[in-house]
Amino acid sequence: MRIELSVNGVARALECEERTSLADALREQLGLTGTHLGCEQGSCGACSVLLDGQPVRSCLLFAVQCDGAAITTVEGLAPAGELHPIQRAFHEQHALQCGFCTPGFLTVLYGALEDARRASRHLDDNELTTLVGSGLCRCTGYHPILAAARQAARELGVYAEGG
Amino acid sequence: MKPQSFEYVRAGTLDSALEILADAGDEAKVIAGGQSLVPVMNLRLARPAVLVDINPLAELARVEQRAGALRLGALVRHRTLERGEVGGALGGLLAEVAGHIGHVPVRVRGSIGGSLAHADPGAEWCLVALALEAEVEIARRGERRRLTVDAFLDGPFTTALAPDELVLGLELARRPGWSYGFAEHARTHGAFAQSGACVALQVRDEVVAAARVAVMGVGGRAERLGPVEAAVVGRPANGAAAAAAGACREVVDPAGYDEVSPDYLRALAAAVVRRATAAAIAAPTEERQ
Repeated sequence: MRIELSVNGVARALECEERTSLADALREQLGLTGTHLGCEQGSCGACSVLLDGQPVRSCLLFAVQCDGAAITTVEGLAPAGELHPIQRAFHEQHALQCGFCTPGFLTVLYGALEDARRASRHLDDNELTTLVGSGLCRCTGYHPILAAARQAARELGVYAEGG
Repeated sequence: MKPQSFEYVRAGTLDSALEILADAGDEAKVIAGGQSLVPVMNLRLARPAVLVDINPLAELARVEQRAGALRLGALVRHRTLERGEVGGALGGLLAEVAGHIGHVPVRVRGSIGGSLAHADPGAEWCLVALALEAEVEIARRGERRRLTVDAFLDGPFTTALAPDELVLGLELARRPGWSYGFAEHARTHGAFAQSGACVALQVRDEVVAAARVAVMGVGGRAERLGPVEAAVVGRPANGAAAAAAGACREVVDPAGYDEVSPDYLRALAAAVVRRATAAAIAAPTEERQ
């Protein structure tokens, strides 16, 4: 089936099998291997991408369901050679070790932070913890990821201090 | 793992979706949010020949306030309810419950109708719909029917839904003067609950006048607990939670599994019933519209 979608702001046309997940289409047909596939059950969160600005598991969506949609992957969070504040915060707070889960955390947090910025909302520690809880990381113990989320939220002016 | 090949049909209209289901018989499967269906397809536990995608049907995604009732379309996402756009005591309950389902990206996509049709024994919406005496609206080609959730839910992963039928939505009564509580226990964040309870109460002059109590995690599907409801009615509000927990411990008879003993599940059920009852006592009551 032929589909057209926007990936990281670029219009792409694809011919894909109905059973191809969005994650496999991104990785194998578009070469965007930043999106990682862990469990293919929706549990681990490594494959999370943004679908029309909302975080979704790309292993639980078929590519054919995304015809006409706008997808943002980890490759699209900042222009080439630059880092989005959430990416820089991950670096500075040592929020990754092996890095397998990192693209999922980055896209989910990027989506929430940018959404909060657009809506002039503030995210408190509860909300950030809930978002961080949507991914599975076996290296860090999560505290550095939460610290990175807080740092980026502060930098973007969307952190609810003391919340 | 990857799913088996299938034919994908994007529903253009509700009628065309029902046509396809009528013609395909049990070869077809409806995909709503897909957050339960796609995992089982990836494991090849489900191998539908035809997948009917109802996501384009915007009329199924509506939240409608009706006289004395709230109507939720089958495609209303958990995340929409979590964000609290429903309002009132009922909206507060739905927001609280939605926040317990999976993780944020799963809630963005997962839907209330899909959850009911999938009928996982640990599904929060089946439990809540049962406690609130909701009605499920179902359609097939040329026919519509309504079922109480009690009649709709059969056993684990089984419902009264025929292969050519589609869940259109769910209607929940708004009951002025009632308040709601929910509690569940899951072993890890985002995991399926081991046990959960939903309680609806009407309290008059500090005495419980009416109660609805449903529990999950003690059998193949969520169940109303009539004896617990009877034990609570007539009690002072401040003694209701303990009375509910005590009656629950007497009445439930769970079978254990793996390393989980029946005694543990019984204690867990009593604990979530106690917490949900206490939450209902403390919660704001539904106002007259």
